[in-house]
Amino acid sequence: MTAESNIQLDRRSADGDAVLEVENLTVEFPTEDGVVQAVRGVSYRLAPGEAMGIVGESGSGKSVTSMAVMGLLPKTAKITGSVRFRGEELLGRSENGFAEIRGKKIAMIFQDPLTSLNPVYTVGRQIAEAILAHNDVSKKVANDRAVELLATVGIPFPEQRVNNYPHEMSGGMRQRVVIAIAMANDPDVIIADEPTTALDVTVQAQVLEALEAARAATGAALVLITHDLGVIAGHADRICVMYAGKLVEKGTVDEVFYEPRMPYTLGLLGSLPRLDEAGRERLTPIVGSPPSLMHLPPGCPFTPRCPLAQPICEEREPDLYGTDQPGHVAACHFHERLVGVTPGQLFRPTSADTGSVAPANLETQQ
Amino acid sequence: MTAPNVAEPAVSTDRQPVLAVHDLVKHFPVRSRGLVRRRVGDVHAVCGLSFDLFENETLGLVGESGCGKTTTGRLLLNLIPATSGEVVYGGRNLVELSPGQMRPLRRDLQIVFQDPFASLDPRMTVNEIVAEPLRIHGLLGSGKQARDKVRELLRMVGLNPEHGNRYPHEFSGGQRQRIGIARALALRPKALVLDEPVSALDVSIQAGVINLLDDLQHELGLSYLFISHDLSVVRHIADRVAVMYLGKIVELADKEELFTRAAHPYTQALISAIPLPDPRKERSRQRITLTGDVPSPVSPPSGCRFRTRCPKFADVLSEDERQKCVNEEPALIDRGQGHASACHYAEAMKLV
Amino acid sequence: MSEIRASSVTTSGAPQPTSPTGAADREFTVKERSQLQQAFRRFLRHRLAVLSLVLFILIVLLAFVGPLIWKYKYTDITPDNSQPPSPAHPFGTDSLGHDWFAQVLRGLQQSVKVALCIAIVASTLGVVWGGVSGYYRGISDSVLMRLADLILTIPAIALAAALGNIGGGTWWMIALVLGGLSAPLVARAVRGVVLSLREQEFVEAARALGASDRWIILRHLVPNAFAVVIVYATLLVATGILSETALSFIGFGVHPPDTSLGLLIYQAQSAVQTRPWLFYFPGLFIILIALTVNFIGDGLRDAFDPRQTRQRR
Repeated sequence: MTAESNIQLDRRSADGDAVLEVENLTVEFPTEDGVVQAVRGVSYRLAPGEAMGIVGESGSGKSVTSMAVMGLLPKTAKITGSVRFRGEELLGRSENGFAEIRGKKIAMIFQDPLTSLNPVYTVGRQIAEAILAHNDVSKKVANDRAVELLATVGIPFPEQRVNNYPHEMSGGMRQRVVIAIAMANDPDVIIADEPTTALDVTVQAQVLEALEAARAATGAALVLITHDLGVIAGHADRICVMYAGKLVEKGTVDEVFYEPRMPYTLGLLGSLPRLDEAGRERLTPIVGSPPSLMHLPPGCPFTPRCPLAQPICEEREPDLYGTDQPGHVAACHFHERLVGVTPGQLFRPTSADTGSVAPANLETQQ
Repeated sequence: MTAPNVAEPAVSTDRQPVLAVHDLVKHFPVRSRGLVRRRVGDVHAVCGLSFDLFENETLGLVGESGCGKTTTGRLLLNLIPATSGEVVYGGRNLVELSPGQMRPLRRDLQIVFQDPFASLDPRMTVNEIVAEPLRIHGLLGSGKQARDKVRELLRMVGLNPEHGNRYPHEFSGGQRQRIGIARALALRPKALVLDEPVSALDVSIQAGVINLLDDLQHELGLSYLFISHDLSVVRHIADRVAVMYLGKIVELADKEELFTRAAHPYTQALISAIPLPDPRKERSRQRITLTGDVPSPVSPPSGCRFRTRCPKFADVLSEDERQKCVNEEPALIDRGQGHASACHYAEAMKLV
Repeated sequence: MSEIRASSVTTSGAPQPTSPTGAADREFTVKERSQLQQAFRRFLRHRLAVLSLVLFILIVLLAFVGPLIWKYKYTDITPDNSQPPSPAHPFGTDSLGHDWFAQVLRGLQQSVKVALCIAIVASTLGVVWGGVSGYYRGISDSVLMRLADLILTIPAIALAAALGNIGGGTWWMIALVLGGLSAPLVARAVRGVVLSLREQEFVEAARALGASDRWIILRHLVPNAFAVVIVYATLLVATGILSETALSFIGFGVHPPDTSLGLLIYQAQSAVQTRPWLFYFPGLFIILIALTVNFIGDGLRDAFDPRQTRQRR
């Protein structure tokens, strides 16, 4: 389906050895009311040491994609496609098969650090355990390494902090401990799923700094999943925009931020109030809501909210078309029309929201 | 405690405040566990706030979690009793009023909550929710007249009045927030406390609600106290901005002043910590990173409350200068930056 | 930008682009209905509950109207004794010649009265008890809840057996005692719900709108606690029937010559082998009442919860 444009995209960044290759990944959740198509054919390649951002709003499938990569979805989920780590297929592996890779080669950081830390053990012990699980070293070595790792992620007085329990630390501190655990085994890929969403901005800055430090120390590639375009702008090389379970735009951050070729991306940028701009010009929201992933009609899922929509958009779902830049692809039949267009030219500065929401959609959200 | 000097911003001297807050204090008691729950201390949630909210203006109240901004919003509406201080509306001090005396004044002062899921009764239809304030104050009328009022309110907040029969769970987050706004507007208030009204919404939806709030202010001449942790939203919507840290206002200025000449080190750190959705700017930015965490509001630091995390205190000041931060609480006054800030060593800085 | 089609969306309530999920979208009704009407409509969609309601109403009608038109009174002694069911005596007769249909009707009447009374007394008392406790908290909460704990430690059947005899075994005395003893169960559940509800933002919103305590309790807390109360009330009807049966069975409930379903089963226990009709007909009614009431409760709970969109059939 998107093979043609993918090859085009990835030739530059991944001549040969991508650390992580996701190809045509789909995830479906059967429910009583029907099948929820959470992820619909996502493909990307991650080059060694590269930072890739996945951005999307709630329900766009950005988290499910990475959960599928890590083999963390419940058994009821139907997963197809292919996920290869250094050429080895991960999908279809047993739980033990996944565990070999997880934590050692691919590490994951979740939004809520409390759920990933065990409340009854000290943080030092938890870091040491992560090291001992995959390495044949003495406890002493592991403990020393734990202190070292805490220092790397910017925790002051690491010698004392190793003996703290998670509840004795603040949210930002705990998230940095999780990052320390993630880098404990020198992974090749770190997947961070909304790592700073629950945190205050000044703490977010600290945690993002810790994440950069972890990358610098391990040389790992990063998949950064977030809804915050600002975080992506500062911490990713490439960006994937997701909408209704699909990648709708892919490119370097500069390409996507300055020359978006998918109306959704453009609309998203136009919806953002800007800290760096004075003036009180109106924001341009995208009216309506994302579609229900249960009964998706044919055609482009963004059609009902899209000011560019034509009859063809309702009939055929667009592939990821190449644009004028080699690595920049966008899933829009009319991507050429977005050349040089600002959000204000395409979207109306409306304040109404009179559309109706499909009940099925709401059930999946709750 | 003496009231700090509040410098009146230049633009608003000729205007009358709708709400005037003087030296507002709220302490929450901390009790010991067990059968006899002794009072073992106080959470100093709000400590001596003073500010004015003028007619037809938006005052942004920003700060991080635990700084007391939400408590301030509740105190203004007398939803929780203040420990001391004054909130003056229409010549009356709301803090001293009983719930019964407060009731008629609630028509003028309303609130929109953060969580569009929790702030609407799940068992009421949208029509019932929006009609509730009118019903409480006996203003609904009956039959067609009542129905028209409700429909008009729904239309005003950009919802389809045909959907009035539905329940909140049948709407998206943004639409639910609009229902909350319609409910708050039903009594035609003069001032609205907006408590993080768009924080729970996706960006593409948030923009519509911000536009709506903008429109409503123009149409109805409302005053907003816009409480938020998101400085980008505040820069877009506010006229003046008050920055809070640990229960105190550390800087209060006109919006442009604050964002172009931030004087307090905390405001500077806050502005510089916010990631910009602009890769080039983001790569070339100067970032002030704070160390450590917010101290416990049960025993806030002496003198300047920000000194434990202040980069200036740690890296720039001499030992003598530091003593002043430890011993003397900085007043919220203009120290030559053109607006009020609560730092002994305030220096204006442009960060975006 | 002339080639870009202008947005079809305007700021006022102009027609919107049709939703892609139009099929899944529910048709909207222009007529505005009250909450009660909508709840009623949702209840009607719950088939099993509606069927149960019809059956339950028939049983109650049978219990109260039946004795008025049936040719025998429950006290009548007919010359036919120990007859199996026949057209003259549909449920047969016992060894003394009582028409068993008349007996069952009377027993049904007494049992339904006792059960409903227990449910009403316990739920009303429990809602007020738990509501006050949860809403006002503090000292009153502590006192009320300790009292509830105390009452729950008392073995209900034993106390009812002792107290029930004070009124000389009248049905309402038994109902009051059993109802009062069950109230703490409801109170605890309601308190839990109210405690969490009062912290919800919509309650704070109502307070900000100027609503009084009474308004908040009646308009927001009670309707939201309704599901819990309904579940308990229906459980109580079912257990009420069973408690009354148990009391009468051990001889402390309704006394002869009056009768109840429990008493009838007690009297028929020795005849299970020889004259099974004496045992099975009262038993059948006990099961029918317990089942139908539970299904009705199920339907009511769903009907009053608008978030429940899926229909059980």
